[in-house]
Amino acid sequence: MTYQVNEKGYYGDFGGAYIPEMLYPNVEELRTTYLDIMNEPSFKEEFDQLLKDYVGRPSPLYYAKRLSEKHNTRVYLKREDLNHTGAHKVNNTIGQILVAKKLGKNRIIAETGAGQHGVATATVCALMGIQCIVYMGEIDIKRQAPNVARMKMLGAEVRPAKSGSKTLKDATNEAIRDWINNPVDTHYIIGSAIGPHPYPDMVTRFQSIISEEIKWQLKEKEGRENPDYVVACIGGGSNAAGTYYHFLDEPSVGIIAVEAAGKGVHSGESAATSQLGKEGIIHGCKTLLMQTPDGQITEPYSISAGLDYPGVGPLHSHLYKTGRGEFYSVTDDDAMTAGLELSQLEGIIPAIESSHALAIFNDKKFNPNDIVVISLSGRGDKDLNTYIDYFKL
Amino acid sequence: MNRINQKLAEDKKLLSIYFTAGYPSLNDTVKVIQDLENSGVDMIEIGLPFSDPLADGPTIQESSTAALKNGMTTNILFDQLKDIRQSVNIPLIIMGYFNPMMQYGIEAFCAKCQEIGIDGLIIPDLPVAEYREQYQETFEKYGLINVFLITPQTSDDRIRFIDSVSNGFIYMVSSASTTGAKNTFGDVQQHYFERIESLHLKNPQIVGFGISNNETFIQATKTTKGAIIGSAFIKHITNNGVDRIGDFIKGIR
Repeated sequence: MTYQVNEKGYYGDFGGAYIPEMLYPNVEELRTTYLDIMNEPSFKEEFDQLLKDYVGRPSPLYYAKRLSEKHNTRVYLKREDLNHTGAHKVNNTIGQILVAKKLGKNRIIAETGAGQHGVATATVCALMGIQCIVYMGEIDIKRQAPNVARMKMLGAEVRPAKSGSKTLKDATNEAIRDWINNPVDTHYIIGSAIGPHPYPDMVTRFQSIISEEIKWQLKEKEGRENPDYVVACIGGGSNAAGTYYHFLDEPSVGIIAVEAAGKGVHSGESAATSQLGKEGIIHGCKTLLMQTPDGQITEPYSISAGLDYPGVGPLHSHLYKTGRGEFYSVTDDDAMTAGLELSQLEGIIPAIESSHALAIFNDKKFNPNDIVVISLSGRGDKDLNTYIDYFKL
Repeated sequence: MNRINQKLAEDKKLLSIYFTAGYPSLNDTVKVIQDLENSGVDMIEIGLPFSDPLADGPTIQESSTAALKNGMTTNILFDQLKDIRQSVNIPLIIMGYFNPMMQYGIEAFCAKCQEIGIDGLIIPDLPVAEYREQYQETFEKYGLINVFLITPQTSDDRIRFIDSVSNGFIYMVSSASTTGAKNTFGDVQQHYFERIESLHLKNPQIVGFGISNNETFIQATKTTKGAIIGSAFIKHITNNGVDRIGDFIKGIR
């Protein structure tokens, strides 16, 4: 069993590049060059330098003593929340902006749901002096005003996606349409481990710095590279892909994925794609996605704007189908409670996405000696209004 | 012989019309098809609506959203079309995105198309490679012609490859864009049309995207076999309803 993408762009049954012919030259250019570009010494040097000096990597691997005592196991938090721009998203945008430069592109487009990927993209475009256009659902623009302001302050143009349900999936459609209309000068920075091949693999590789660091950091602290479990929340699944990557072929490491159950998996308001999805095509890849029996893509729900994507990256569909990953779904309520718990036990206010991963202790009992590494994918500043409303703070 | 191939063998420039099934009203599908044939249209593309039509511009997107709101489904479309061959003789093609077809089951979908008398399929997000490896056999078993797109960005080598896989016509997307009407074609399009002509492909080409009136129809068909109009026709039925379809067609040629 392999968990790497094969030469045709598939993880088992999932992946591929189901794109209109209009996108073929762009995607093909990327497919035939991305590995060579990423392996160039000058690329690696610039990427590593920026991750260190600009993003602030390595991000700490923090032993959460009080959280560990509470749940009677040994919990480490991988602090992606301490990255510049407040989440793991920037690892990927730094990588892709450098790829775009190597390809000679001078215009960047991106999609964003909650605005985190949009901010991370606007940030690297400002850094490189490249034009940036971010598509965002009209409804999300209203819900996420501070991130819209951040993008504008960084010099990006935020274009509302007014089609369909006016949220993340529609913003992604609009970005793809923009790319169809601007095939020569534009690079599309996809924010999650989704989309046509090679995007899921490229994004995963840029995010794999997370598990690369976990390995040597854990070796320093515990004398061994491999934890017993790695835990991450999954929307499209980029932080999860990066957290798992270097452990995929280590059978001793349990892989745990936490999806957003919203108001309950079967409430009709949920984003638990592995539980509710069926195999299909979304945004250029074959994967599990939430849809009607007739094949129309449905709108998911989660209190966390970063997890309400109707699909999941093809790697994760493969991990689910093969049983390599254990999948859990956590409700809004349990996630919010876990977020408050971390705040008061460790002095860290997590993003609500990450709070879903932290709620794993309700569903899974670990042994006292287990080493459990949880990806703290983002910080909670952006979610303060949601926390205020929920807890009546 | 497939109706598409028969039509392509006729000595004339072909006019093909795209419309979204179940639009403007759910049960307009059959009337639109009949009126198009009666108005002298050569071929029809029946759009199977999809929630996320990423190759389409605003006009076709909006018609798809409206058709889905009207309650259109794959089953309802097949039901509406079940007796269509009693009244309509011109080639009928279903154009849609791959996911709804996958959910229906590709083999079942193709079998149903054959049963009804559908002659071909256009599926923008089913790439040539995937088609050849996984689906070609099934499509051919049910006598369906699969039509592939090329664009101004498609390399000569790839156009020749697509030509070798095609057995009907090649859908020539006029410009680097999503679907939508244009008033005229510029030099870039003319050069593209000439480049394709010089390749002497075995399959005839029909131009789509951006054709809206007599001028663009004439420009597009100067070096090709025909042209497809979608967005401009949908705008017409949005504004005028489905009782004046002949007026629109008269304005094209």
